[in-house]
Amino acid sequence: MIEAALDDAPIVRFEGVGLRYGRADEVLKDVSFDLAPGSFHFLTGASGAGKTSLLKLIHLALKPSRGLISLFGLDIARMKRRELPMMRRRIGVVLQDKRLLEHLNAFDNVALPLRLAGRKPADYAADVAELLAWVGLGERMEAYPQALSGGEQQRLAIARAVVNRPEILLADEPTGDVDHEMALRILRLFVELNRLGTTVLIASHDESLVSGSGRAILHLEGGRLEQIPPARPS
Amino acid sequence: MTDAAARFNPSRRRAAPLLPPRDARDGALVFVVATLCFLACLAAVAARGADRAASGWRTELIGSATVVVRPSASETADAAAARAAEALAGVKGVAEADALEREKAEALLEPWLGKDDVLKDLPVPRLVSVDLDPKAPASAADMRRALAAAGVDATVDDHSLWLKDVLRAAGIARAAAIGIAVLIAAAAGAVIVFATRAGLAARADVVSVLHLAGAEDGFIADLFVARFARMAAMAGLIGALGAALVGAGLRALGGGEGLTPVLPLAWSDLLILPVCPVIAAAIAALAARATALRLLREIT
Repeated sequence: MIEAALDDAPIVRFEGVGLRYGRADEVLKDVSFDLAPGSFHFLTGASGAGKTSLLKLIHLALKPSRGLISLFGLDIARMKRRELPMMRRRIGVVLQDKRLLEHLNAFDNVALPLRLAGRKPADYAADVAELLAWVGLGERMEAYPQALSGGEQQRLAIARAVVNRPEILLADEPTGDVDHEMALRILRLFVELNRLGTTVLIASHDESLVSGSGRAILHLEGGRLEQIPPARPS
Repeated sequence: MTDAAARFNPSRRRAAPLLPPRDARDGALVFVVATLCFLACLAAVAARGADRAASGWRTELIGSATVVVRPSASETADAAAARAAEALAGVKGVAEADALEREKAEALLEPWLGKDDVLKDLPVPRLVSVDLDPKAPASAADMRRALAAAGVDATVDDHSLWLKDVLRAAGIARAAAIGIAVLIAAAAGAVIVFATRAGLAARADVVSVLHLAGAEDGFIADLFVARFARMAAMAGLIGALGAALVGAGLRALGGGEGLTPVLPLAWSDLLILPVCPVIAAAIAALAARATALRLLREIT
């Protein structure tokens, strides 16, 4: 049974976390940080610095080689496998490759997490339609992913990640293949979600996007994490 | 709400299937599995025929004996044969004993001696054909004692000299047929397993998305179990129907003895075929579940 976390506890905590693939060198070394509920962080670093690996650890797609990870106040090492799906439903994920299901239209892609949570189409139809309109896809509900532009696909992936109101939203290079204007528009979506109470962590190497945001930064270099507080407005 | 959104009324539509619709890979899978199921079904039918043939040989050999009667100087051959038949008929375990007429005995020698008059000059022994009770056949010793008691000079051939060899040959034929059937069925099962794994691996993207979205392992596995079990059942049905058509054709063309007297087919042999789609579906279901769960464990 998953117990509720304490309100003041970090929603994500890493303590001395290391990660290696097979016998290779560690891609993450002694990583320690906390994410407070409702916080907004960028995760930066060069390609191959370990950003995606760190996000995978948070959304329970990987297990650390060492160290402690707790989510919602719970040690993930102590969780049983059957408890993990419920935990994943509390985490929204936007992956770099979007992972949209090509045989489902925009509406059904977004509705997927709600269906998995056991809700009926009649119950979630209005919510999904409203969310699609919110991300600017109200006119494309019946469109299939392959018929959408890169920016539309990205917004669709974001809508799917947040449709069940996750407590944490993780995004891996969400603006990687869109123009700057679309990148700002997507960023505004994340800011809005954060304003509604969702903890947001965005991995990005888009310096212009990160530096102008005024948000706290977790910077990875050589597998080690450095925490950079938000820049004060000049 | 916009016009487009208003036209699209999601609350009135059914949820789309979570797995992609079938594609060309599924067609190839059905073809391969159907072919192997067809061969496995034919092998099973042949195994039943071989089993029946082997049982028939055994029954025929154990259920009969031949007595060669040598007449004494004081009686005719026909009279000696009749006495022998009478004596044997009273033995427990003998169902019927018939003295063969001279013509029938000569007919048995014709292949070697021809139809020349030479047979008339030879002391052709008389034969007594004995049908034994199949449940408790009389032994050769019992028959010899009865003949001796009746004062008949005769030799009892209960086929024991070559019964052992024939039974061994029948056993080998039966074991070989069953072995081939089992081997082909196992090959069909292995193909179902591999094809199911390949089909599932090809949809690993769907598995990972469902997994990421919080689907439970059993839920994801069950989606694939239902899909692949249905496909394998259809392939098994096609294979079984094909084998039934071939079996029925051979039985119909083969006359009363089936395909050949050596491998007699019966209509009832075809009754084993409906089990094929059930077994194919069960194998596919187990393979799909095991593969899906393993794939999910590999993801995390």
